[in-house]
Amino acid sequence: MVNFVWLAMVVFGIVVAGINGNIEVVTKAAFDGANNAVKISISLIAIITFWLGIMKLAEEAGLVRALAWLVRPVMRFLFPSVPREHPAMGAIVMNLSANILGLGNAATPMGLIAMRELQTLNHSKDTASDSMCTFLALNTSCVTLIPTTIIGIRLLYGSSDPTDIVGPTIIATAFSMLVAILVDRLLRLFYSGKRR
Amino acid sequence: MFEFISELSRWAIPVILLVVPLVAVLRGVKVYETFVEGAEAGFATAVKTIPYLVAMMVAISIFRASGAMEVLVASLSPLLGFVGLPAEVLPHAIMRPLSGGAALGIASDIVKTYGPDSFLGRLVSTMQGSCDTTFYVLTLYFGSVGIRKYRYSVLLGLVADFTTLVASVFIVSTLF
Repeated sequence: MVNFVWLAMVVFGIVVAGINGNIEVVTKAAFDGANNAVKISISLIAIITFWLGIMKLAEEAGLVRALAWLVRPVMRFLFPSVPREHPAMGAIVMNLSANILGLGNAATPMGLIAMRELQTLNHSKDTASDSMCTFLALNTSCVTLIPTTIIGIRLLYGSSDPTDIVGPTIIATAFSMLVAILVDRLLRLFYSGKRR
Repeated sequence: MFEFISELSRWAIPVILLVVPLVAVLRGVKVYETFVEGAEAGFATAVKTIPYLVAMMVAISIFRASGAMEVLVASLSPLLGFVGLPAEVLPHAIMRPLSGGAALGIASDIVKTYGPDSFLGRLVSTMQGSCDTTFYVLTLYFGSVGIRKYRYSVLLGLVADFTTLVASVFIVSTLF
């Protein structure tokens, strides 16, 4: 599906630009996009390096395993193919906790660490495993307690109560997380049947 | 409640930075050496995401700059109107999974134009707060370990995004 989405965006974009008579924007947009991508990756180096160091410390100190143990029942249900003592469990929990607290720049490196651990359990290295799909679905639909950025914007434009959207946000994400888990289970069944 | 959580967010990272090395020392871990050993993979991980992010962001950038995005918005509006989504927040709904920065831009514009305490202002705030940039996260996370076949995860991400939209509309119109 990612092949289709990618191709559709490029082809459709170029065709529309041609019809609109502004084909020249395509070249600029392509280079701008590439440039942005590299900038993001480079700026990630610092924060990923830093968190990988901290995570290694936490792992050696036994903290990651302790954290994973705390939420084991939930995690065993969500990730049945990950062994109980595996570092992936701890990393996933760290990532989801960072997401819940709205710590965007801490959540990303934790997520990358979790992916690295899940990749060690993956049998075909270029294909997403079931656990990876579940993890990403949880990650993108995860409950956020404090949507910091948008609260800032509401404050900027003179809201009488900038945080009154926190309740609705929590309810909306909780609902979508629930649906994500259900749909994940269904798709997993369907795709594992198809792959064999 | 809000005060408590925001204090918690403020303290979370400093506390981790304090507790982790202290516990490690108590357990006999060589803290400096272990930190460096773990951090070593940081550069490689970040650099590995470059080709994946370039591929995805070039496509999104062309799609937006060419005006194809507006065509998509126009063609999807009957469907999204059906779930009760006002036309004004449509561009945001479609942009949200594709580009975080662009979605935030649209959200601020709606908050500014209609006021933060209007229905549209609250709705777009909830939508902004409750979704993540699905395509960015997928590309970044899978890219960092070299996954090329995403299987059903794109579909799953979009289903979750759509659910959040429907839930946001329902909750904001019920509560306010």
